[in-house]
Amino acid sequence: MSDLIDMIEHGSLRGSLDHCVKCTICETACPVSNATPLFPGPKYAGPQSERYRVAGEPSVDASVDYCSGCGICSQVCPQGVKIAEINARARDALKREHGVPLRDRIITRPTWLGRIGTPVAPIANLALNLRPARILAEKALGVHRDAPAPRFAGRRFSTWARARGRERRADRATAPGAGPPDHRGLPRRVVYFHGCGTEFYEPWEGEKVVEVLEHNGFQVTVPRQGCCGLPLQSSGLFDDARRTVLRLARSLSAPLRDDADAIIVGNATSCTLMLKREGREILGLEDDPDLRLVSRRTYDICELLLALHDRGELRTDFRPIREIVAYHAPCQQQGHGIGKPALDLLALIPGLEVREMNARCCGIAGTYGLKAEKHGISMAVGRDLFDQVLASGAPTVACDSETCRWQIAHGTGRRSVHPIDFLHRAYGLDDAGA
Amino acid sequence: MTGPGPALDGPLHFDAVVIGAGTAGMTAAIRLAQSGARVCVVAKGVGSTHLAAGTIDVLGRIDGEERVTEPGAALERLIASRPDHPYALLGSGVVADSLSWFFETAAASSPRGYEYVGGLERNMLLPTAVGALRPSTLVPITMAAGEASALHRAAIVGTHALRDFHPSLCAANLREAGIEARPVFLELELERADMSALGIARRFDDPAWRALFCAQLSPALRSEDHVGLPAMLGLRDPHAALADLERRLGRRVFEIPTLPPSVPGMRLYEILRRALRSAGGRLVIGAEVVAAERHGERIAAVATRAAGRESHYAAPWFVLASGGLASGGIELDSSWRTSERVLGLPLRGVPDAGEPRFVPDFFAEQPLGRVGVAVDPQLRAEGAENVVVAGAALPGQAPWREGCGEGVALASGYRAAQVIVRESGAGAPAGARAT
Repeated sequence: MSDLIDMIEHGSLRGSLDHCVKCTICETACPVSNATPLFPGPKYAGPQSERYRVAGEPSVDASVDYCSGCGICSQVCPQGVKIAEINARARDALKREHGVPLRDRIITRPTWLGRIGTPVAPIANLALNLRPARILAEKALGVHRDAPAPRFAGRRFSTWARARGRERRADRATAPGAGPPDHRGLPRRVVYFHGCGTEFYEPWEGEKVVEVLEHNGFQVTVPRQGCCGLPLQSSGLFDDARRTVLRLARSLSAPLRDDADAIIVGNATSCTLMLKREGREILGLEDDPDLRLVSRRTYDICELLLALHDRGELRTDFRPIREIVAYHAPCQQQGHGIGKPALDLLALIPGLEVREMNARCCGIAGTYGLKAEKHGISMAVGRDLFDQVLASGAPTVACDSETCRWQIAHGTGRRSVHPIDFLHRAYGLDDAGA
Repeated sequence: MTGPGPALDGPLHFDAVVIGAGTAGMTAAIRLAQSGARVCVVAKGVGSTHLAAGTIDVLGRIDGEERVTEPGAALERLIASRPDHPYALLGSGVVADSLSWFFETAAASSPRGYEYVGGLERNMLLPTAVGALRPSTLVPITMAAGEASALHRAAIVGTHALRDFHPSLCAANLREAGIEARPVFLELELERADMSALGIARRFDDPAWRALFCAQLSPALRSEDHVGLPAMLGLRDPHAALADLERRLGRRVFEIPTLPPSVPGMRLYEILRRALRSAGGRLVIGAEVVAAERHGERIAAVATRAAGRESHYAAPWFVLASGGLASGGIELDSSWRTSERVLGLPLRGVPDAGEPRFVPDFFAEQPLGRVGVAVDPQLRAEGAENVVVAGAALPGQAPWREGCGEGVALASGYRAAQVIVRESGAGAPAGARAT
């Protein structure tokens, strides 16, 4: 039975190539092929090469390894060809044939790295910024010496969340009725999926998400959770990626089963996309009931807040912020198929001047830009965005994905934060001394 | 339409939802947003702009006449002879108004100096990639010097890496038309064996590359006073690139539209996208409409494919600008059924059963060629009173024969917005915004 489902599902993904009319719109949008001759472009690597790929036979095209997996080609295709998904599977097949470098097995496991690095954060951060150590890492592993490395926060978001949960429960026990305001028909509970970036590197982003949600009357629960498997998937480690995403789906789906109105919300936009679609579609997990449930009920934080606003249910007690902010919508955010909700949210803040960047991609594509042989390409891809940011005069760049923020900061020297930071500030929650 | 899901799954509400992000859809959406409506464009992918020349062709040919030189006057003759043509529904006044509006909008949202020139008084005749002369009504400034009447001695420049542009073919056909044209090949250092016009256009954004290019081209030029290049003079600041080349080469320079990807088409899309955003409209690409909620003669909401689930968009008005046969908005399937793909609306112009749909000569008047969504004089779809149709989905036109694609798109998009604004002002039908 699952063979049959796999055949139909795989067939529909692969079969979509027959809709390709060679219009080249994907080629106009591909950030990688526009920056390097090593990748011939999504049309060539995707629908064209796919016709020659036969199960069990050698890969026809090694250049597909240079596809960064950003997914823009599939978004812009007017014929509905699943170009990026076809290429992701071709990359998996290529890795099976030629093996996966040790480096890719390490950098694609943010949970391991975080657990090792967090307790020794000062030393780990020092090492990550020490030139000789980085040169060694490049020579030994192939992690580029200049690639943007995040700093371990030295504390974990989940520790803060557990303490916060105890505090909230105590509040409710002592002051019954002082719960969140009533929103007719709205799910009162959200399950917060924070992802590895928030857990180990930017716990403050998660704290802000929780505070903004609570400010709007939600009860936030934070179940134990791990990685979504996206880094593994994009490096072509499909089996490991499947195990990882399914483990996460188990833990996130449990609270949904008790409450038909509960939803999952996340601020790591590429990880929420993995839960919504990529895990099911690229990894062929359409028939997993847990992942299906999670996929159906996962929201990106800005998507949720704008949906609330459209219903007249978002609090708009915003204080003015007199600043210019540049906004870059990451490729994976665009993959949600929901437009750019962050732009409309930021526009609600009085005084804030929002400059929309129209460059396609910052170049990092998760772990792509860390790899020694690809770092140069990733910086060339990002050049257009970096130039636009510098020309905008904005001191801060808002962006929904953590790895993109690190790349933008690396490429521009400007601060880069999640859009939630501005909402949090405008609500005056910074002053609340949370 | 909605499956079981969390309560937040209710639709997003707009004053109007536009389906399709080509010239027609974007025009309608910008006009609506400019008039204060909350508008959202949803599209399966990027629209036709990237595939077309980036010019606005209002009317290039009418049956029984040679090439149209005065589109404004020819429009009146077309309207008189073809009452079923979209232009007949729109009227020449709307066409003129939409062009004036486009001038203003393009000027406000273009990269500096990149303006459109021309007008309804006279078509310009510009070389195509194969050296034919094509009538256009409005063209970007980077193409203007290619106007055939002023073109005497021209060098047509290409490079082997750009395999879709053949200077020899282009120049030979221009000579047939009485223009002294000579092909020039450059061996450009491009790091790859073949490249699209877009790939080269990105190089032209860089002044250092332009200097190198001109240093290589200059010695190859003779007495030519014009230099024609495939349309690849950059994306960021094409007007500066043009000025730079003209200064360095000491000659007038013009762009020739290429096969897709079309660089001037991408510039046009960017102009429209910027105009929409600055008017406050939303744009969601990668959002194919997969279902619609219908109440009798009205569409209440549409569902689009988003990651993980469908998104729902409710509005009292919808603009259908999903294109015609060429873009898949209208489909002829393998059992010879013709259908409108997005909302399943009734069509007009389908030959009767048993009658031929096609004739062997590709460029002849094709029996199925003028198929489109059946509309009333207000462009409202038959059987769906709150759906206004714009662009290639309209029946009665044959854009590739008449050279009217962008003109119809622009004027009907403009008109669709007008109809909605007027009707909404008169009070939207009851229940239109029920939640």
